[in-house]
Amino acid sequence: MDHRPQAWGRPRDDVYGAYDPSYFHNSGPKTATQSPIVTGTSVIAIKFKDGVVIAADNLASYGSLARFTDVKRLRPFLNASVVGFGGDVSDMQYLDRHLKELAIDVAYITPEASEQTKDFTAANLFTYLQKVMYHRRNHFDPLWNQILVAGLDNDDAPFLASVDLRGTSFTSPSLATGFGAALAQPIMRKYAATEEDAAKLTREQAVDVVKECMKVLFYRDARSLDRYSIAVVTKEGVELKEDEQLERQSWAFAERIKGYGTQTV
Amino acid sequence: MTSIGTGYDLSNSIFSPDGRNFQVEYAVKAVENGGTSIGIRCKDGIVLAVEKIVTSKLLKPNANKRIATVDRHLGVVYSGMVPDGRHFVDRARDEARSWRDTFKTPIPTSDLASRLGGYLQAYTLYSSVRPFGITAIVGGFDSELEAPVDGEVGNGPSCGAGGKNKDKKHGGPFLYMIEPSGLYWGYYGAATGKGRQAAKAELEKLDLSGEGLTLEEAVKEAARIIYVAHDDSKDKDFELEMTWISGIDGPTKGFHQEVPKALKEEAERLAKKAIDDDDDEDEDEEKKEGGDGDKMEE
Repeated sequence: MDHRPQAWGRPRDDVYGAYDPSYFHNSGPKTATQSPIVTGTSVIAIKFKDGVVIAADNLASYGSLARFTDVKRLRPFLNASVVGFGGDVSDMQYLDRHLKELAIDVAYITPEASEQTKDFTAANLFTYLQKVMYHRRNHFDPLWNQILVAGLDNDDAPFLASVDLRGTSFTSPSLATGFGAALAQPIMRKYAATEEDAAKLTREQAVDVVKECMKVLFYRDARSLDRYSIAVVTKEGVELKEDEQLERQSWAFAERIKGYGTQTV
Repeated sequence: MTSIGTGYDLSNSIFSPDGRNFQVEYAVKAVENGGTSIGIRCKDGIVLAVEKIVTSKLLKPNANKRIATVDRHLGVVYSGMVPDGRHFVDRARDEARSWRDTFKTPIPTSDLASRLGGYLQAYTLYSSVRPFGITAIVGGFDSELEAPVDGEVGNGPSCGAGGKNKDKKHGGPFLYMIEPSGLYWGYYGAATGKGRQAAKAELEKLDLSGEGLTLEEAVKEAARIIYVAHDDSKDKDFELEMTWISGIDGPTKGFHQEVPKALKEEAERLAKKAIDDDDDEDEDEEKKEGGDGDKMEE
């Protein structure tokens, strides 16, 4: 047997064969954050006449395991914008800390609170985030998120935009990430297909639509939760509620679903 | 000055035979010529104020800020050599940021004061550097609540992060003053710069250690004290700059911010009035020879 110190702690060559040193290679592409681990599901948002409503549930899944159930995926920025994160939760944490630093930088240069939000609107914040995401994808080390930014633009009009891990960005009167893009987006479009429609919505209507969408998402998305966060962003600032419960659930439709599990008929 | 010609005032790292570091004492002189700055710590917050002498009519009013934000809950004001102060603020920001990087939580005011005190002290030890020509006032409001960790995702354990004694009060407003020697103490009211004597005399009249003063009153007092301190020197024109920090339930929500325009203007109006009344009173007293002179309050 090989008693040299180099062999300590290694599988024995005479039993397992010679060690394959190719595993030691540290050149080649980085593979550390090339797939999400702990993930959040959909974020949904819709504009209304004075602002934007945005919501996300409080779940962080580890694969299909509902691992963390008190996760806050809506992050306010300077009390003027809300950033909603879908996708990898550790990348969300990284971005959250990054945004906190950014908020401190803003405080360095603008001591007056009311000026801060004027200088750093949701539209500005979004432009910045889009650049960060695209930069990271160019380095083949993307931040594995899809992000919604809700707030007001430089003319105080409601602003809502999305950026994903590739740096792709777009805006729309209503937006949803993840499963929400398939399940919630059509519902929201019924109420706000165009900017003109959205400008007619009241705050109450918008909140109702979002709550309805969260319910549909809980019914149909297996990686979702009935506790959620919802924020309303207007000129007055951000109103964020982080521990809401889905109300008036009805699972009657479930009986009609066929073709899964142990059903025999 | 006794130090001149002795040779002991030429280098930073050499004591005089009677145990003094003259370079540090000269730095203090530089501070004594700077515009007055004050800090007030009252029960629900901190107020920082500075008298900015207008050195040229070509300077844009209300630009060129002298009070700096170091972290969202921390502010610094200083008297003395402004470039030294700028560097000091840079260092303070680096310290606050590195604390956040390490501990994922805002730096407590006491720790910032300690680190900056150490930084200034290091500039008294070597012959290759000179001490800072500033005295800085550091104010901050440390969160009294269970503060979330930066980037925290969930609620954390229901018992909190621990390390806190239920019977003890944690956090609150704090005020420190750091001198060129690196010496720093915590204060209820601090003043430095040209008008410090008058300002200190005024600060001592306030009930700062008790429940006496609210934050808004402190803002008004700060404005008045800067005006009083300036009045004594009959100096050139000046501008008042004021910031404040309240707790999370207060007007600034725990952040260091400029005092809003309306409140600042009101405070300045009252300050000017108090000074005018004071002058009138003096004249009256001279006429009446010791009339009982009503105390004017706001």
